[in-house]
Amino acid sequence: MTAFSTLAEAIAHNVHDGDRIALEGFTHLIPFAAGHEIIRQGRRDLTLVRMTPDIVYDQLIGMGCASKLIFSWAGNPGAGSLHRFRDAVERAIPSPLAIEEHSHAGMATRYATSASGLPFGILRGYAGTDLPSVTENVRFVTCPFTGESLAAVPALDLDVGIICAQQADHDGNVMLWGITGVQKETVLSARRSIVLVEEIVDKFTPRVNGVVLPSWVVGTVVECPSGSFPSYAQDYSERANDFYAFWEPISRDRERFLAWMDAHVLGTATNSEFIASLQTTDFEVARG
Amino acid sequence: MANTTIDDVTWTSDEMMAVAAARELSDGTVCFVGIGLPSTAANLARTTHAPHVVLIYESGCIGAKPDRIPPSIGDGVLSVTADAVVGVPEIFAYWLQAGRIDVGFLGAAQVDRWGNINTTVVGDYGAPKVRLPGAGGAPEIAASCSRVIITLRHNERALVEKIDFVTSLGHGDGNGERERLGLRGHGPQAIITDLGVLRYDDTHRQFVLSEVHHGVSVDEVRAATGWNLVVADSVHETAVPTSEELRALRSFTGT
Repeated sequence: MTAFSTLAEAIAHNVHDGDRIALEGFTHLIPFAAGHEIIRQGRRDLTLVRMTPDIVYDQLIGMGCASKLIFSWAGNPGAGSLHRFRDAVERAIPSPLAIEEHSHAGMATRYATSASGLPFGILRGYAGTDLPSVTENVRFVTCPFTGESLAAVPALDLDVGIICAQQADHDGNVMLWGITGVQKETVLSARRSIVLVEEIVDKFTPRVNGVVLPSWVVGTVVECPSGSFPSYAQDYSERANDFYAFWEPISRDRERFLAWMDAHVLGTATNSEFIASLQTTDFEVARG
Repeated sequence: MANTTIDDVTWTSDEMMAVAAARELSDGTVCFVGIGLPSTAANLARTTHAPHVVLIYESGCIGAKPDRIPPSIGDGVLSVTADAVVGVPEIFAYWLQAGRIDVGFLGAAQVDRWGNINTTVVGDYGAPKVRLPGAGGAPEIAASCSRVIITLRHNERALVEKIDFVTSLGHGDGNGERERLGLRGHGPQAIITDLGVLRYDDTHRQFVLSEVHHGVSVDEVRAATGWNLVVADSVHETAVPTSEELRALRSFTGT
């Protein structure tokens, strides 16, 4: 039975210190609001999982919530580096961050494997690269039928999987469309799941490339409009590309980063307050 | 960026690089596109000489036809213009791994004379001088596409004697490593830079300088290369960008 709750309740109830969690999203539908709430509630020692850690992971790492990151591409797409992530890896600021890195194909295989309930997955991957030399979690097995050598990666089982979707219905079924990334796999890989939706509707309209998650695999639904800002929800919002550029100098300077997080994340109680707090800032001024 | 002007047409060295990279794609090619210059070049090809080129983005967009260059691989403009949008596990398993892609278009922070690519760290892995974004889709793109084209700005820090980390395998040490590992793709065939074009040469078993862009000398390319660059017997000059190519490119980049 899907639970419906506020974002604060959903995070308090599901995300605990030391958990292995993923806030997934492939450019689209990134659950920024959930990351902000985790920061507000001061979670520590999290193992963060994400194929493409971006700004919200930069924020979680910079605020000291994480002790490990499992990932395949960490950057601020189109805008530059994640400086809080880099400071953690290069200089252990604010604390050391263990990393385990893969290729996208390897991470996608790990999610699909976990969703399938298998212990490990195989792919034609990693061969000849240095990646297997820096993690225990890439090994090679021989196909029992053809003798081909294949990479093996373990399932990526999660304590908590958090995604955004466009809609849920009143029964807790969830629908998303557009770029759906590894959203489905994240929910199915997790013991507990939280889905932030733009809107709760009476009835779904069929969509091209739509994905439906039945209510009985969805843990908690949170109605959270603009929960993916500055990412986007197709047919609800546009990606705020300028925010990604705006973030670059904030991320670069730790003092400025802390002040910004203090004003806009710690200083607000909800996502709507967070969004409203941007209206009067240099971000909105920069947008004209 | 250096500017070049001929007959009142001016272009930058980055524009020359994008145009030269776009020309590598023939019509109908199925191309796996990384973000940044690869995306720019592939879309330039699609809107000029190769209207039926199929652009595949790792976000799951197959046959994307964006009217502007998206800042990331998951922009809405890619999904709404695509022929199909599939999940990320599927794009890597069914489409890339299965060998359905002709060309992989990759950038690099460092590349060596065999086309091995580093996008992971500068310096020691355990104590990096610079932590780079990491692998993304590149290792399997480099392994599984029929051929790979690499684009990057040409300087001694980028084209290096020895890369600090092998994120994606090119031709190994030039002695058949791809074949030994059973990789299905033929590996990197061209390195397109803002100075010229290097092509993989089976005789020399490494990349050799094959073209220089207008106004660039072979010595300049040598000086900007971190290894002792082999130069082809006849190096020719890249055709200068046409005004049509520049117009199409600028309509994307907004310059």
